[in-house]
Amino acid sequence: MKLDSKVPEGPLAEKWTKYRGSMNLVAPNNKRRLEVIIVGTGLAGASAAATMGELGYNVKAFTFHDSPRRAHSIAAQGGINAAKNYQNDGDSVYRLFYDTIKGGDYRSREANVHRLAECSTEIIDQAVAQGVPFAREYGGLLANRSFGGVQVSRTFYARGQTGQQLLIGAYSALSRQISLGNVKMYNRHEMLDLVLVDGKARGIITRNLLTGELEKHAAHCVVLATGGYGNVFYLSTNAMGCNVSAAWRAVKKGALMANPCFTQIHPTCIPVSGEYQSKLTLMSESLRNDGRVWVPKKLEDAKAIQEGKKTGLDIPEEDRDYYLERRYPAFGNLVPRDVASRAAKTATDEGKGVVRTGLGVYLDFADAIDRYGKAAAHSKGIDNPTSSQILELGEEVVSQKYGNLFQMYEKITGENPYKQPMKIYPAVHYTMGGIWVDYNLETNIPGLFALGEANFSDHGANRLGASALMQGLADGYFVIPYTIGQFLSNEIRTPKFDNNLPEFNAAEKDTRTRIERLMSVNGNQSVESFHRKLGKIMWEYCGMSRNAEGLTKGIKLIQELREEFYKDVFVPGDQNEFNPELEKAIRVEDFLEMGEVMMRDALDRNESCGGHFREEYRSEEGEAKRNDEDYTYVAAWEWKEGGQPQVHKEELTFENVELKTRSYK
Amino acid sequence: MQLTLKVWRQKNGNAQGRFEHHNIEAEEHMSFLEMLDVLNEKLISEKKEPVAFEHDCREGICGACSMVINGRPHGPQTGTTTCQLHMRAYKSGDTITIEPFRANSFPVIKDLVVDRSSFDRIIQAGGYISVNTGQAPDGNTIPVEKDQASDAFDSATCIGCGACVAACPNGSAMLFTSAKVNHLEQLPQGKVEHNRRVKDMVKQMDKEGFGKCSNVGACSVECPKEISVENIAALNRHYLSSVFVKK
Repeated sequence: MKLDSKVPEGPLAEKWTKYRGSMNLVAPNNKRRLEVIIVGTGLAGASAAATMGELGYNVKAFTFHDSPRRAHSIAAQGGINAAKNYQNDGDSVYRLFYDTIKGGDYRSREANVHRLAECSTEIIDQAVAQGVPFAREYGGLLANRSFGGVQVSRTFYARGQTGQQLLIGAYSALSRQISLGNVKMYNRHEMLDLVLVDGKARGIITRNLLTGELEKHAAHCVVLATGGYGNVFYLSTNAMGCNVSAAWRAVKKGALMANPCFTQIHPTCIPVSGEYQSKLTLMSESLRNDGRVWVPKKLEDAKAIQEGKKTGLDIPEEDRDYYLERRYPAFGNLVPRDVASRAAKTATDEGKGVVRTGLGVYLDFADAIDRYGKAAAHSKGIDNPTSSQILELGEEVVSQKYGNLFQMYEKITGENPYKQPMKIYPAVHYTMGGIWVDYNLETNIPGLFALGEANFSDHGANRLGASALMQGLADGYFVIPYTIGQFLSNEIRTPKFDNNLPEFNAAEKDTRTRIERLMSVNGNQSVESFHRKLGKIMWEYCGMSRNAEGLTKGIKLIQELREEFYKDVFVPGDQNEFNPELEKAIRVEDFLEMGEVMMRDALDRNESCGGHFREEYRSEEGEAKRNDEDYTYVAAWEWKEGGQPQVHKEELTFENVELKTRSYK
Repeated sequence: MQLTLKVWRQKNGNAQGRFEHHNIEAEEHMSFLEMLDVLNEKLISEKKEPVAFEHDCREGICGACSMVINGRPHGPQTGTTTCQLHMRAYKSGDTITIEPFRANSFPVIKDLVVDRSSFDRIIQAGGYISVNTGQAPDGNTIPVEKDQASDAFDSATCIGCGACVAACPNGSAMLFTSAKVNHLEQLPQGKVEHNRRVKDMVKQMDKEGFGKCSNVGACSVECPKEISVENIAALNRHYLSSVFVKK
């Protein structure tokens, strides 16, 4: 299969503008006749649904949640990047483009990333106009902060709840279109299959989660904005409901899963506390602006801390190893996520972890509190502040910046992070891989589009902080509303589809058979227990570091687990009612196949890049070692029922940046 | 720790509900929902139906969790959602009563799951600024005074969970509605269609069958985002003045 990226001709900086100006348009009277299905109502889905509703398309939007406002975009804390250069620190569209390409370890598509950087500025304008209460300076203008992997301050934020505020903005725009009748909203509906008619995506099969009823929905095209697949690891910072099912059903119908092994492990999460753990909580990357990461230099200190005989406060300054500052002096604590996560693993592998399980490092704010306290005393005109005054003033400043995060930390761990250094550890957070799309965000199935985290295109092998919100909204507000015209302009004479076509009935029947199979196993193990087992296999063999032997073993273990699942899973209740266990079973069934493709991709990519670290491929200093000669491509996997998945390659060409070893030293 | 749970079980919206008793062993580091996970795993291993409850992000921001614990929405801690409540708030031997949010406008779907779609319809009635994609001027052309932006944020922090309604003896949605109105009213870009928004949202709120506000204040006390009752006072003021504004 030849993968055509459809990147337009011309110089990089002009591609999008020229293309946008010459794309096929759909006249308003024709838009009214065209139907678009959008699955998922997070940032990408809600913004796309709202904008296409505004344009006059007939939109049908679907979410498995009880309301579009619950999508997991809501949990993004730190911020959203935009090349506004409001801080006059030399930022530009090109610099944001360059940082994203470099941060992604040169495994993303140049043209898509440049377009993303171009759209970034419009997103901020749009969000402000919608009433998103971004942080402000005293003069009333927008404030910025810096984030990992970059040396400018371009991140816009709304305290530690930027995702929430942006999602509420998109949700309110969507709500307006619902009230105007341009968008029909289907809450508590989960997509269980994609329907193709003559090779084009023309509809979906959904399950009404309240009644269990299977429904057939037809449209001229289908847009998936269904998020990432991080929950394949069971423990992740994703919400409990995040799943790969919609995307996976598309793959089963012929769409390609691109770079599935590119998963992001976020360095600052609250460590696991026990076997019952259901999810992991992220502490925003913005904390690394002021927090210093360290472990004890001496093994005996680490051991004493693990046994509860000492705390971080007992370790004198000279016995602390601020390993990020030591190893990466240029970026220090603000190295990109993949680098920070691996460094934490290195430290804990040496036995220097600072929690009971050994899997945790410190993130310390004592210096920041002291520094801010002295500055605050100075600005208040206190000449010789006492240490308690400094402490009090400093804690006040830190509280203004990170108050809600500190509060959250204390609620979860029961420890006060103003007094004790925070304990953190890496956890699965985001998936850069996703459905393969071309420049129009169209998959290899005509009429099927993928947006946001669900596609693969912009973050390469590693995503920079505050770029997920940017990409979701760029795709939804500013890309798909235009590019979908390239497909729909050829469909203006296509009448509305009848959902009683044989293709719809067949897909509905297949879905029913699939559900009946799960319900009828009637084994002895819960869905949750299978999910946990899968997660352990994934984390062990396809987590922060990977090797060929482990991956080969992992694939076998997943296949065995899948067999066991069909023999011994137990799904209680009835399929024709509200049944959360059945919902989970369907999702876990899909994860059990997705996990295998991830492992195969990881095994196939004989290099280390970004979030994909293969132990066999590292420099003498232990850093990731890319192989540009052989692996500068997108690996897009085709699922073969009953056989081995097959890889298709899209070569990546870099005309505007020079491929360099990524160095943050 | 050993706990006794009294959990509300209700097959569906039409069925009669009842309390079910369970003994369970929990650990202090567990979240409240993880404790319920343990209960459900136990029920499933006995081939019984697990307790249905709504949850998603488990970090206090999506607003999905919706239970009343020992008579209080989201349990005993202020400014905390159920998913952020940890078992260290309890001691061995405690009996914990768990019910769904109860209000006429939040019908029970199953066990602890309720239908809160009425909130969506209130937002659809006017909880937005009418701006299409692409119409916006540069972000910095609309300066917003720092403290005012912060006040708007305080109102905007609502997670739409419905604890305010569940806490209110009248089942009123005034805190929810007023928080959205004030979030937008306190920003210059939201002032333009303010009067229309106030009237439309209040009208929809009444249509959904929510009760009247009688200044009890329980809504604000139980709000996991600690949204101030001052929002309600402001909404009353806005509503009155919107009625007297010439169209």
